[in-house]
Amino acid sequence: MNEALLRSLTPTVLGILVRRGADFAAAEDAVQDALVEAVRVWPADPPRDPKGWLITVAWRRFLDTTRADAARRRREDLVDDEPAPGPAPEVDDTLQLYFLCAHPSLTPSSAVALTLRAVGGLTTRQIADAYLVPEATMAQRISRAKRTVSAVRFDRPGDVATVLRVLYLVFNEGYTGDVDLAAEAIRLTRQLAGAIDHPEVAGLLALMLLHHARRASRTSPDGSLVPLAEQDRGRWDTAVIAEGVDILQTALARDRLGEFQAQAAIAALHADAPTAEETDWVQIVEWYDELARLTDSPVVRLNRAVAVGEADGARAGLAALTALDDALPRHTAVAAYLHERDGDLATAARLYAEAAHRAPNLAERDHLTRQAARLNTRRQR
Amino acid sequence: MAKYLLLKHYRGGPAAVNDVPMDRWTPEEISAHMQYMSDFASRLEKTGEYIEGQALAPEGAWVRYDGPGRPPVTDGPFAETKDLIAGWMVIDVDSYERAVELAGELSAAPGAGGKPIHEWLEVRPFLTEPPTIAE
Repeated sequence: MNEALLRSLTPTVLGILVRRGADFAAAEDAVQDALVEAVRVWPADPPRDPKGWLITVAWRRFLDTTRADAARRRREDLVDDEPAPGPAPEVDDTLQLYFLCAHPSLTPSSAVALTLRAVGGLTTRQIADAYLVPEATMAQRISRAKRTVSAVRFDRPGDVATVLRVLYLVFNEGYTGDVDLAAEAIRLTRQLAGAIDHPEVAGLLALMLLHHARRASRTSPDGSLVPLAEQDRGRWDTAVIAEGVDILQTALARDRLGEFQAQAAIAALHADAPTAEETDWVQIVEWYDELARLTDSPVVRLNRAVAVGEADGARAGLAALTALDDALPRHTAVAAYLHERDGDLATAARLYAEAAHRAPNLAERDHLTRQAARLNTRRQR
Repeated sequence: MAKYLLLKHYRGGPAAVNDVPMDRWTPEEISAHMQYMSDFASRLEKTGEYIEGQALAPEGAWVRYDGPGRPPVTDGPFAETKDLIAGWMVIDVDSYERAVELAGELSAAPGAGGKPIHEWLEVRPFLTEPPTIAE
């Protein structure tokens, strides 16, 4: 059974339940139950109409739960007004669900969890595992998130930018275990791109694909990080790169530039270089200028300093760096790299060790420590 | 079964025998060390004795309550602290002797020159639930 296919039906089925009058929180629980049931039943007894099956089972589950609640409260509700089962309405509320799950009233971690469950169809256990938190904690986070958005009108358009930030977070952060969050983020962004025609959605999808294509080459067999310049480009997935470039070009042609398109353009220029030496750094600097104009982010200016160092020499890169706050994450690592390129190995080694001390994760800390060790070993010889 | 915390310190414990900072090792020595640590954890997973392990960033701060309606007081980043925890591993083993044996193995991780670091690890028993039969 194709679990991704099953999960791709999640938002449609959930939207239909909500349109039939179920409240979002109860409908979401019912759909989740139906998905679990499908995983159990379908391998032996695949339905002819998977979507119809899910709608029927989820709706029945919703009614059972609502009736049980009503009985407990000794109150007759309107649950007997069951609409006649029939063809699903033509409207697809997938897009509305994306907006709801990324609603600005939610914290980023809640929006991520709710999106993965209500739009992605992942179980609470899978989401908990991906973020290394106990299942009970994740269950609470999701039910609080559902309460937070319970009063939100379902039929109002939301802000695409908030949805994109959530999907970017899913792609960029999280532990890759049983569930591949990066692949899931791509699936969800692709599905969003099918529901709304927006150049930044396309830009984010292109960005994800272009980074995902390089994934196999990013870590060595012992788990250590391999920097872009040292990656085995023969292991980059050229089909995925081609798709990303294609999506990006179509988006750029519409002349509504945004930060994700600009980031994807930089990724595309890296992907396009047959060797690290052939990278078009001049054009990359130009894209960083665009990106700095669009976002005014110090992190962008830091990355720009690296690009300037490649395009115009290490001295120019170091000059660009002096304008930036040295408390910025990775500032010291960038300084170390540029000093090494400039030939000042003693300073570079000292800065690499200092950067390792400030590294935000173990992989980077190990990488930076190795860089310091490499230079120290070389200098001793 | 009893749970123990194996604590690794950046500083604060007695000096290790092979006490060379990691950025003075060769890259190959660093790889060998990482491999040893990851092999150690997977071996304990297989024996059913591993609970979890975490590493901490060296920078943190002291924080305390400062009265109603006031923001907490912070002191730090704690560059001056004498004792600084680097990380931990939680194990669930049959005896104190087994905990000490495992801490000894962990302390033998290779460092500079490929020789064991002989680093001091702190072994701390968890306080347990009270037993069912009390008398």
